[in-house]
Amino acid sequence: MKGIEKLMRKFEPSHDGKWHKLHPVWDGFYTILFTPGETTKKGSHIRDAIDLKRTMALVVIALVPCLLFGIYNTGHWHYVATGEIAPKGEYLEMFGDKVIYGLIQVLPIVVVSYAVGLAVEFAFCVKNQHAIQEGYLVSGMLIPLIVPADTPLWMIAVAVIFAVVLGKEVFGGTGMNIVNIALTARAFLFFGYPTMMSGDKVWMSGISGVETLPEGVTGATALGEAASFTFPKSEWVYEGGVKAFEANWTLWDSFIGMIPGSVGETSVIACLIGAALLLFTGIASWRIMISFVIGGLFVGWLSNLGAVNPYMELDPLLHLCLGGFAFGAVFMITDPVTASQTNTGKYIYGFLAGGLGITIRVFNGAYPEGIMMAILFMNIMAPTIDHYVVNANIKRRMKRLKTA
Amino acid sequence: MSEAKAREPLFSKKNKKLVTTPLDDDNPVTIQVLGICSALAITVSIEQALVMSGSVLFVLGAGNVIVSLLRNLIPSRIRIIVQLVVVASLVIIVNEVLKAFMPDIAEKLSVFVGLIITNCIIMGRFEAFAMGNKPWPSFLDAVGNTIGYGIVLVLVSVFREIFGAGKFFGIELFGSNLPGEESGLYTVGYMNNNFIILAPFALFAVGLIIWAQRARNKALIEDH
Repeated sequence: MKGIEKLMRKFEPSHDGKWHKLHPVWDGFYTILFTPGETTKKGSHIRDAIDLKRTMALVVIALVPCLLFGIYNTGHWHYVATGEIAPKGEYLEMFGDKVIYGLIQVLPIVVVSYAVGLAVEFAFCVKNQHAIQEGYLVSGMLIPLIVPADTPLWMIAVAVIFAVVLGKEVFGGTGMNIVNIALTARAFLFFGYPTMMSGDKVWMSGISGVETLPEGVTGATALGEAASFTFPKSEWVYEGGVKAFEANWTLWDSFIGMIPGSVGETSVIACLIGAALLLFTGIASWRIMISFVIGGLFVGWLSNLGAVNPYMELDPLLHLCLGGFAFGAVFMITDPVTASQTNTGKYIYGFLAGGLGITIRVFNGAYPEGIMMAILFMNIMAPTIDHYVVNANIKRRMKRLKTA
Repeated sequence: MSEAKAREPLFSKKNKKLVTTPLDDDNPVTIQVLGICSALAITVSIEQALVMSGSVLFVLGAGNVIVSLLRNLIPSRIRIIVQLVVVASLVIIVNEVLKAFMPDIAEKLSVFVGLIITNCIIMGRFEAFAMGNKPWPSFLDAVGNTIGYGIVLVLVSVFREIFGAGKFFGIELFGSNLPGEESGLYTVGYMNNNFIILAPFALFAVGLIIWAQRARNKALIEDH
């Protein structure tokens, strides 16, 4: 360690030297490896023993189960699409092939996401002479997990530039953003390149090269199939919703994540492992997570009561396990920067986001992934919620003061 | 009453300023944030943006002169109604002319020609300038403001047409993207960005222009 420290010190650009503009870049690398020796002299603002880099690193670690499962799942559905294995039962067959295929599809997305995002971040920090902050470490890992594995790399790059510049840097960089960066990138892709982000051609990697899918495989996500009014196609009858879902899947499938979908968001188990770590370390707010789930269950149950379309018939529990709900509940809605800051606000924020997500999902067939929209929308509403919570508190205390 | 003063030259320094300040320092779209609605709606193609700017030039130019000529006759209590009548008549003229001579464009612009009436720049200039100035300066003010408006419109539409539709003035830049007969860049996986075609993106584009403008000219940054 001493050796590395010496080497790093040797490369430190002096503040008046030729390379002084690059000091933030050096500082960024140095503080990843070492805890800086300087401490605040007076008027300290430290609220916690853990600093931003360690916080971010923990979230990235919490994402690892999702990433690993996503790599395996990508490979699995590729070989299902080519007909080499059955969709069910043959989970461990060709395990090595699946992992290798998944790695080939997913790793480049991770690399591009980090390279482009960090390049933008570094460029802005050097331009503004700010210390480099690690906000992008998490966003860079989230983005590959919420896109289909077949998304072209240049699209990822464009979306990342858009999200980092317009979602974060214009507001002042890490910790200043009002919307979730990863979801901004996904929303950009969703509206910009809808054919690559929805429909039944993108959820199994490499499906476009396959002429005819094996029997019983449709290419749609479980969530998409649940909305198909005419399933199976040969019969052309109203068979959507629960029936369509049950024809191919079980709740257990979607819970483990053995369903086609975006890279890292299919497995509820992997999300739960991440959730356990985030809650144990206190990084994510359990208030938001729980109220998000309750909000989803509540609207899911309500829509069951008066179902007018196939989505509305789905069991609320299924809603939690399908699409990005679980991933959103653990990693997206809990983003401390964009969420409500007050405790009461957190309950309201989570509940509304969960409820709104399911509402969009069941009422708008074109946007089955309503969770993304709902979280982005609630990100914008979070300061308003806080405002009213704080004002209500002030009013209550004023009243107490007057009566006393 | 001003007859007694020496006649001001047509293009005095003051008059030139009327044309040049709205181009940058007092741009109607990026500084006064007026006329945003049409900047969002009709900037998908450069042609539409140009026709729109031309229409606004006519309406605002003629309108400013008419209002300026009438300014001492209009009772201030009903001035808004009088101004509205002026804009409405001019917009109807534009609408009919476009329908007669450029039916394709008129169809694409559809209601947005009629909606020039509600373009805040027009009523804004009537109220802020033409009601208190002589016809010639009012005309120059109209020209300056329309050009300032047009510059933003064209900048946004160039960006949106190139990256949203892959075209420049209707000419395909990256090849054909018709399904089945792709050519050029589309054969290697390039796709037009559908989001850029949607109106919300124009808001981002205008925002980026505002950002660039203020980064260049720090005096424009509001202090709070």
